[in-house]
Amino acid sequence: MNRIKEILRRVLIGAFWIGIWWAIAKVVGLPKLLPGPGETALAFARLCGTEAFWRSVGMTLLRVALGYGCAVVGGVLLAVACHQVKGAEMLLSPLRTVIRATPVSSFILLVWLWLKRGHVPVFISFLMVLPIIWTATQEALGAVDGDLREMARMYRFSRWKKIRYLYAPSVRPAFLAACMTGLGFAWKSGIAAEVIALTPDSVGKHLSDAKNYLEYPDLFAWTLTVILLSMALEACLKALARKRKGEGK
Amino acid sequence: MIRLSHVSVGYPDKKVLENLSLIFPDSGAVALMAPSGYGKTTLLRVLAGLKTIEAGELSGLENKKISFLFQEDRLLPWVSAEKNVELVSDSEKARHWLKQMEIPDARQLPHEMSGGMRRRVALARAMAFGGDVLLLDEPFKGLDEALRERVASHIRDVYPLTILSVHDSAEAELMGAKIVRLDS
Repeated sequence: MNRIKEILRRVLIGAFWIGIWWAIAKVVGLPKLLPGPGETALAFARLCGTEAFWRSVGMTLLRVALGYGCAVVGGVLLAVACHQVKGAEMLLSPLRTVIRATPVSSFILLVWLWLKRGHVPVFISFLMVLPIIWTATQEALGAVDGDLREMARMYRFSRWKKIRYLYAPSVRPAFLAACMTGLGFAWKSGIAAEVIALTPDSVGKHLSDAKNYLEYPDLFAWTLTVILLSMALEACLKALARKRKGEGK
Repeated sequence: MIRLSHVSVGYPDKKVLENLSLIFPDSGAVALMAPSGYGKTTLLRVLAGLKTIEAGELSGLENKKISFLFQEDRLLPWVSAEKNVELVSDSEKARHWLKQMEIPDARQLPHEMSGGMRRRVALARAMAFGGDVLLLDEPFKGLDEALRERVASHIRDVYPLTILSVHDSAEAELMGAKIVRLDS
């Protein structure tokens, strides 16, 4: 019963905002420049029927996933290095500061000169997520309970046992929160990179084309695709985190 | 024999043990007794190798395997009571000691247990670890009198040497321990 109520609540909230969108589009009265939900849905349905749509969505997902995956692995490795190796933090932290302070558009324009168009979104997604995972994991490693660390030492836990039963569960909540935040960043920055680099077979390229040819219903439909994919990815990651938490017991 | 000669230990703001000389036998049970703040826990930590001495000498613990029941339970909160004990021994020993400590459901997570039960799980872990010396910091904390007696009957004489910190002589008697007063 509660589940039905929850679904109903969400549907009503969604309907409310779609209603606002519809009303604004109606008042403006220029469906070519500000399409309403109906025009956007039609454009979306038309795009879904094309092979180019699915190829572009697939390739964008692949690029973002690649950059994101590398950033997660790289972020954890850098966090462990900074936590464990004396001097590593001092040596590596300027890199983190530079990545954080530099606007994403500057990076896109810079790497556009050096990398193939298809590789730019991968690298940009990687670069935007890396400091998020790195910082969160390093801070969580530093906050592992000192009493439990001493206990593990006293009871001669092997390195593997320490990682599996002490460090991983301690770091997990902060790490998963960072993964969730990072996913949004990877997705948005990856598509921004595709738009600027005009990456072939990409959602970003189609967004750019729709804007250039003033095909605003298509622009809205591609944006809707990005939002739906982002929500689906986040749901997948949340489900995965819940499953892992359940297995942890 | 474990020998402490003119040992001094302290923290940045305060000296806890000063010029302490003590000899522990190779076997039996010794109870350290003193009011709070006299360094019972610090001495146990020195013996466990977790606290460095500032002056004096400590000998007789080389190559000895030491099991330590900390003053706090220090159980891993994300695994069951059984897993907490298994991690320092094996499943057979873990089951044996959890049964001895009267843990009714060892599949529970520590936060699902009462304070007394958590203490007994921590005790089961210290017992299952095995070794030459058992250090117990306030082992009966949170246990009622009847339970103290039953727990003590199971844990005494298992390790060659047991050194424990207690608040009153009754706890030392339960373990058949010789009392050493740190405040005299």
